[in-house]
Amino acid sequence: MFRRTVAAALTAVAALALAACGSDDSPAASSPTSAGSGSAAVSGTVNVFAAASLTGTFTELGKQFEAAHPGVEVVFNFAGSSALAQQINQGAPADVFASAAPKNMDQVTDKGTPTVFVKNKLEIAVPKGNPGKVTGLTDFTDQAKKIALCAEQVPCGAAAKKVFEAAKLTPQPDSLEQDVKAALTKVGLGEVDAALVYRTDVLSAQEKVDGIEFPEAAQAVNEYPIATLTKAPNADGGKAFVDYVLSADGKKVLTEAGFEAP
Amino acid sequence: MTRSRRRTPVSGRVPLVLLVPAVLGLAFLLVPLIGLLAEAPWSSLPSRLFSAEVGEALRLSLICATAATVICLLLGIPLAWLLARAEIPGRGLIRALVTVPLVLPPVVGGVALLLVLGRRGLIGERLDLWFGFSLPFTTAGVVVAEAFVAMPFLVISVEGALRAADPRYEEAAATLGAGRWLTFRRVTLPSIAPGIVAGAVLCWARALGEFGATITFAGNLPGRTTTMPLAVYLALETDPDVAVVLSLVLLLVSVVVLACLRERWISGLR
Repeated sequence: MFRRTVAAALTAVAALALAACGSDDSPAASSPTSAGSGSAAVSGTVNVFAAASLTGTFTELGKQFEAAHPGVEVVFNFAGSSALAQQINQGAPADVFASAAPKNMDQVTDKGTPTVFVKNKLEIAVPKGNPGKVTGLTDFTDQAKKIALCAEQVPCGAAAKKVFEAAKLTPQPDSLEQDVKAALTKVGLGEVDAALVYRTDVLSAQEKVDGIEFPEAAQAVNEYPIATLTKAPNADGGKAFVDYVLSADGKKVLTEAGFEAP
Repeated sequence: MTRSRRRTPVSGRVPLVLLVPAVLGLAFLLVPLIGLLAEAPWSSLPSRLFSAEVGEALRLSLICATAATVICLLLGIPLAWLLARAEIPGRGLIRALVTVPLVLPPVVGGVALLLVLGRRGLIGERLDLWFGFSLPFTTAGVVVAEAFVAMPFLVISVEGALRAADPRYEEAAATLGAGRWLTFRRVTLPSIAPGIVAGAVLCWARALGEFGATITFAGNLPGRTTTMPLAVYLALETDPDVAVVLSLVLLLVSVVVLACLRERWISGLR
């Protein structure tokens, strides 16, 4: 019985390993022999490395792009911008890099010429119905209210710090979350009365979270650059995808999700 | 425990077919740890180590892990006894459920704790309403998260020790007129002491390293809920050297604990 279980487990592991190899190989196998330079010649697989905050919008843009270019497949790698920058520098086969901050784009050694394609700014997120009666940034200094901010080490925390400095306020957080989604989750669960997250995050969690805008947000606007990488295995495909993101269709998807035009 | 230990016959030569994968396995486990040592910023290590934040995180880690272990001992030993000795229906299922936190992703554990003990949780809402007390974002919350994740280690160790212990001593005590509680205290507990120590140390070490459930349930605030693993994670975002130093401290603590445990561990579980 035990032996059989082990055998089954081993078989499963082997199958998984094979599957992983397969999916690794397929982009390389189908990658094009970049013949033409016009957008009509786009083919093969486009590998897009994009910041985690772009997951929703870029997945949508990828579908639209594939529909407009039959036979082309867009493969995404969503993660924190700094992790993606490291992967690219270590030779990961990326065609496009969309970063949540210029800093992470600058870390990439073989970037092309990046273009800022959207901006994102902070908003106060409160649980639906605003049970903590939060009205603005000054509520973040109220010891009696439960407040979550991002840790200063991550981008949304750095932005929050700028905002509070601009407003000359000292926040009294109950938790410094490790990323913006963790902060958003705590608002959604009603564990905190308010958190500072991006405007796009508030919109993405509309059924659980309300957003409150505040003037100081203008002091810490996040710029998102996008670039076709110089070592891109599928440079034509990458360029076509970047063009699509920058097009009117692309802008529509992005602004509907709460991003601002640059 | 007084029974003589069985000796496995020692063969002179290890067959190559076993030796090669064994050495590879050893290397696989040890190389990352050696890498940590090699990458450590030794020259600036003392100054980084004795910074206020590191001290604070370490102190909090030790306190919370110890408190969590005490809770696990108080609740876990009776639970292990129940699983090993009592005639209860569905014991196999209960045992499986007890070990779920072992394999559950800790983040999931944290979410589950939030849903039950959080401010809007099943029990947490009552706590907040009646006593104005809420566990998330408090040091007590860290202890709860750690105890949740670490308790199975204690229960498994103690249950193993109970099953290995000879029940005849307990029966003898009973025939001599001792009540069940007296028997438990004076006969059962001493006979499984090594197993309890082993379980407690494992439990403590697991609590010390706990990350996912802690950050999800208790959040992260220096001095209140930022334990060492949380400090390591955030340090990686800005200053990897600090993360390496913190990791070294945790590695050292783990090795010391396990080295001290070895004797007990073997005698506890035979």
